[in-house]
Amino acid sequence: MAEPAIVVDHLVKCFGEVEAVKGVSFEVPEGRVLGLLGPNGAGKTTVVRMLTTLLRPDGGTASVLGVDVRRDPQAVRAEIGLAGQYAAVDENLTGRENLVLVGKLTHLDGDEIDARSRELLEQFALVHAADRLVRTYSGGMRRRLDLAAALVHRPPVLFLDEPTTGLDPQGRNELWGVIQALVERGTTVLLTTQYLEEADVLADNIVVIDHGSVIAEGTSTELKERLGATVVEIAMRDDDGAGRAVEALAPVGSAARDGKLVRVNVPGGAGPESMLEAVRIIDAERLDPATMVLREPTLDDVFLELTGHTTSDDDQGDE
Amino acid sequence: MTAVAAPARAATRVKRGHAGGDAVTMAWRNLLNIKRNPQLLVFATIQPVIFVVMFRYVFGGAIQGSLPAGQTYVNFLMPGIFVQTIVFGALTTGVGLADDLSKGLIDRFRSLPMARSAVLVGRTLADFVRNFFVVILMCIVGFIVGWTIGTNVWGLLGAIGIILAFSYALSWVFANVGLTVKDAETAQAVSFPILAPLVFASSAFVPVATMPSWLQGWARNQPVSVVVDAARSLTIGVGPTSEYVIKALIWIVGIIAVCAPIAVARYRRAV
Repeated sequence: MAEPAIVVDHLVKCFGEVEAVKGVSFEVPEGRVLGLLGPNGAGKTTVVRMLTTLLRPDGGTASVLGVDVRRDPQAVRAEIGLAGQYAAVDENLTGRENLVLVGKLTHLDGDEIDARSRELLEQFALVHAADRLVRTYSGGMRRRLDLAAALVHRPPVLFLDEPTTGLDPQGRNELWGVIQALVERGTTVLLTTQYLEEADVLADNIVVIDHGSVIAEGTSTELKERLGATVVEIAMRDDDGAGRAVEALAPVGSAARDGKLVRVNVPGGAGPESMLEAVRIIDAERLDPATMVLREPTLDDVFLELTGHTTSDDDQGDE
Repeated sequence: MTAVAAPARAATRVKRGHAGGDAVTMAWRNLLNIKRNPQLLVFATIQPVIFVVMFRYVFGGAIQGSLPAGQTYVNFLMPGIFVQTIVFGALTTGVGLADDLSKGLIDRFRSLPMARSAVLVGRTLADFVRNFFVVILMCIVGFIVGWTIGTNVWGLLGAIGIILAFSYALSWVFANVGLTVKDAETAQAVSFPILAPLVFASSAFVPVATMPSWLQGWARNQPVSVVVDAARSLTIGVGPTSEYVIKALIWIVGIIAVCAPIAVARYRRAV
C-alpha cells in the first residue's frame, strides 16, 4: 500500500494555558478525502493551520507527502493548496488578477499563469466576472474564487477549512460538485466541516474531533452503523416526561435526552418500523409528546452518542 | 532559478522564487489596491493641503515673529508639512497589513512557497511609491502658496530624498503596529498617540526655541525634527546642513535596522 499523503501523529498545540489540540493522530491516503468533523472550537482549524505551516506544532509530528511540516515548511507549501472559511481573496483585485497573483507567487511561467487562470475561471463558472473587482462578487462567487486561487499551482494536496460555512444551499451544492470533480482527478483532500451531511457526501473517511481529541474515526457508513442511521426525535412537554420516555423507549434503540428533547438512534432501514414502535410505546405509557419526527442524524446526534453531550453544551471559547 | 533537490516524495514542480521577485509581485498587488481606491489617496492629500493653507495663512503671521530675521514662514513650513504628511501616510502601511491579516489574506500568502519577507517589503515599496506621488503633489501646492527654494535643485532633490527615505523607515515601524494589533481600526487608533508627539513636539511647524526648555531636548533630537531640519537646511540654505543630514540618515538607517527584522520575525509567526 502506498504511503499516506498526510500523516498526523500525536499532534499537540497549546495557546497559553489552553491545550487546543491534544495529541491528534490520523492519516489520509493519497487521492482520498478525509473529513475532519467537529463543532466550533473543537480544534479542527488549528490542525489545518499546523498542516499548512501557519502554526508550529508544540508536540507530535505532521507530514505532507513525506515532508515534515516543521523541518521544511517551504517544501510543504509547494505541495499544498489552502482554501478557508474566510474567503481569502483580495477584494480590490479582479478575479483574474487574484489568480495571476497566486500564479506569480508560486513562480509559474507567465504563459502558464495566463492559461491556468483562464482554465480555472472556466472551471469555476467565473468567466463572466473575471475582470470585475472581487468586491462586487456574491458570497458563493468569492468562495469559488478562493478555491480556484488555492489550485493555481496544481497542488496535489488540498486543505479546505469549512469550505461551505455560510453559503446558501445552492452555493453549497455547487461547491460540493467542484470538490468532487477535483477528487476524481486524484487530489488528496482534507476538509473540515461542522456538517455531518457534508462529510457524508464528500469524505471517504471521517475523523470526529471534540475538545482537541479524536473521539471517533471511520467511514461514513461505519459511523452511521455505530450511531444508528436514523433518529426518532421526540420533544416532550417537560423534563420529567422526557426522562420517562427515555426509559420506555429503550427497546426501540439507544435513547438519550437533552432537556425535553428525546433522541432514539435506530438502525438504518428500520426507520418507519421504529417510529411505529415508538408511537405504540408512547401511547401505551400515556406519555404526552409535543412533536415526533423521523430524520437523518446530524453532528449533534453523533456527539450525543459519542460524548453524552451535544455540541451546543460546549463552552465554545476559541475561534 | 534552480530546482531544489526533491525532499522525500515532494515533487519539484514549484520553482523556488527569489525574495526580490516576490516583493515586486506584492508591490504590484498593493499598487493595484491604491489605484482601485483613488479616494483614499485623495483624502490622504486633502489633509496636508488644509494644513499648508491653515499654517501659512492662519498661524503663519503669529509664528513669523519667532523666526530668525530674513526667513519667511512659508519656506520654514513646507519641509515640516512634507514630513508631517509622510509620517501620517506611514500609518497606511500598518492599517493595510492589519486589514490583510483580519481578512485572511496573510494566511493565504503564508501558505504559499514565497519569500517570507515579500509581503512586508512589497507593501513598504508600494507605500514608498505612493508617498512619492504625495510629495510631488505637495511640492506643487507649496509653489502655489509662495514656497521658494533658497538653495538649488540639488538641495530640493536631496530634501525630497531624505523625506522619502524617512517615510520608508516609518513604514517598517507601522508594519510592526499592524502585525501586532491585527485589525485596521485598532491600527489607526493605536498609531495616533505615537504620531502626535512626534509630529507636533517637533520643529515641523514652530521653532524649537519657542518651547519650554524641558521639551527642547526631545524636540531637537527626535527623528521628525532631525529630518525636518535636514530638509529645511537643504532647501533654505541656512544651518549646518551636513550635520543635519548625517543625523537624519543615522535615524533612518537605525529605524530600518531595528524595525524591519522585528517585523519579518513577527510576520513569520503572525497568527
